[in-house]
Amino acid sequence: MNPALVVFRKECVESLRDRRVLLNALLLGPLLTPVLFLLLMHLIVGRELEKAEKPLPVVVVGAGHAPNFIEALKQQGMEPRAEVPDPEAAVREQRLDLVLRIAPRFADDWRAGRPAQVELIFDSSRREVRGEIERLERMIESFSTRTGSLRLLARGIAPSIAAPIIIANRDQATPQARGALLLGMLPYFLILTALIGGMWLAMDSTAGERERQSLEPLLVNPVGRDQVLLGKMLATAVFSMASLTLGLIAFVAVGHLMPTEEPGLGLTIGPRFLLVALPVMLPLVLLIAIAQIWVASFAKSFREAQTYLGLAQLVPLIPSVLMMAVPMRPTLWMAAVPLFGQQITILRVLRGEAVSALAIGLGVTVTLVAAAAIFWLTLRLYRSERLAISA
Amino acid sequence: MIEVRDLWKAFGTTQAVAGVSFAAQDGEITGLLGPNGAGKTTTLRMLYTLMQPDRGQIRVDGIDAASAPMEVRRRLGVLPDARGMYKRLTARENVEYFARLHGMSALQAHERCSTLLRSLQMEALADRRTEGFSQGERVKTAIARALVHDPHNVVLDEPANGLDVMATRGLREVLRGLRSEGRCVLMSTHVMQEVVALCDRIVIIAYGRVVADGTPEALREQSQQHNLEEAFMRIIGAAALEGAA
Repeated sequence: MNPALVVFRKECVESLRDRRVLLNALLLGPLLTPVLFLLLMHLIVGRELEKAEKPLPVVVVGAGHAPNFIEALKQQGMEPRAEVPDPEAAVREQRLDLVLRIAPRFADDWRAGRPAQVELIFDSSRREVRGEIERLERMIESFSTRTGSLRLLARGIAPSIAAPIIIANRDQATPQARGALLLGMLPYFLILTALIGGMWLAMDSTAGERERQSLEPLLVNPVGRDQVLLGKMLATAVFSMASLTLGLIAFVAVGHLMPTEEPGLGLTIGPRFLLVALPVMLPLVLLIAIAQIWVASFAKSFREAQTYLGLAQLVPLIPSVLMMAVPMRPTLWMAAVPLFGQQITILRVLRGEAVSALAIGLGVTVTLVAAAAIFWLTLRLYRSERLAISA
Repeated sequence: MIEVRDLWKAFGTTQAVAGVSFAAQDGEITGLLGPNGAGKTTTLRMLYTLMQPDRGQIRVDGIDAASAPMEVRRRLGVLPDARGMYKRLTARENVEYFARLHGMSALQAHERCSTLLRSLQMEALADRRTEGFSQGERVKTAIARALVHDPHNVVLDEPANGLDVMATRGLREVLRGLRSEGRCVLMSTHVMQEVVALCDRIVIIAYGRVVADGTPEALREQSQQHNLEEAFMRIIGAAALEGAA
């Protein structure tokens, strides 16, 4: 048998007997992200739904000045609450989210046909109340428009005179694409799963082997260090891929539990997604495996390696954050950058779009070249005298 | 047979080995004796091709280590200073792993391993995971690992380190067995009793140099001391004076 395969087999056997590896690579890693994702999606969708249908409680100051107005808002779902002494202070101290104040002259202005002022008191720096403010504004506006139209009609003028232009929205986003906005983080979660799957083995077979003083005896064998490294890389990649596959299957299973029947969330996380995502991720898994081994090889102990790799986990976050913060049109060069390319492809598949063979081919090639480059760097490290000497 | 000629090695400004030469013959146990930090481990590491000497030549069974390191490794059985095991593998699996790395088939590895574990009286341990092995059990496993490819030359770095009296005795038996099979055995130690009990030839290293080389009797004569320990102290002391001068 090829020495690299001997090393590969031994690393696999040893890892399968390690409860920590099994727990991390084959249970927690693959399950954590889908479950987290499911919870997150339910939370987001649930909150939106809740907000849209729930009565909107608003403290109203001076409700007596405009009983008809309040009645109209009530019909739209507002729930007037009893007034408080100092509404500005109450909002500032975050005791109240939103206060509607009606001035005593409201009735006079209303009857005279002058614009009658109402005040909304809120704190715009609080993100969580923005939805409530918008809802109340919409209610008031719709009542205002309706009353305006009625007034025009009463004077014998067609209300359409007051609306010279109207906009008709023709949104071309597929329902899947809208859903993918929410799933923008999914590629990162997949890459994270691959990272978690291989991490333990990468650390154990490099820094761990050094720490336990078994590296020197190993390297005394008549086997090239490239073979030793190749075996360790393959074992890491296999565990990482296993973790990813289990994770994807979990996603497909969890996909049925997602609140996708809501408008704008028709996503395809089905078997087809699996068939595209796995081959696209395979070169990246190899790159991740050798990169983890490379980073862990700098460490003399397991703990040290853990620190390094913990930081390295943030690297794949960069493309996701970048694409969310600075939305860019996906171009060909982005498809060629490892991590970027895979994230774009996976997002496209999720959005139900076609993926070009050129983009995928380019991504695969560049990723494999990068993996080979890091393999060479790691091999140089492995060939140094310093590495084998544990003490 | 192992021949070392004019070996030099420096780490930064520290000259760890400065011109070591000696030869270890077949059918003999050669002891590399010297205080801690004398350069024994570095010399052995260059010998089993883990390190590159700055200068000098190493030949194992006449084969040059610099030009054919793989062939040299095949002819050497090594018990390094570091003797870590894979604790989630059994003793047998640990030894078989190395057998496979030496190119044996699964069947060959299994048979060789069984023979070896029997001759080292390790059958009771063989299928236990090495996690929780005592120091002596670990050294035994490491020796089995070093001998798995039936090497003609055996190099051991401080083999008796951390062993109790019983385990040390067992180790001596093993080494004498190897000698009687006509193998070339080279061991480093800083323990005088080991040398007295085992070695046919003693190479004393201090300050990275060979300060004496000969049979125990020759060394006693050279230093005009009856007691070998006194002889050792005298020779090292002379080397220190020389080094200071």
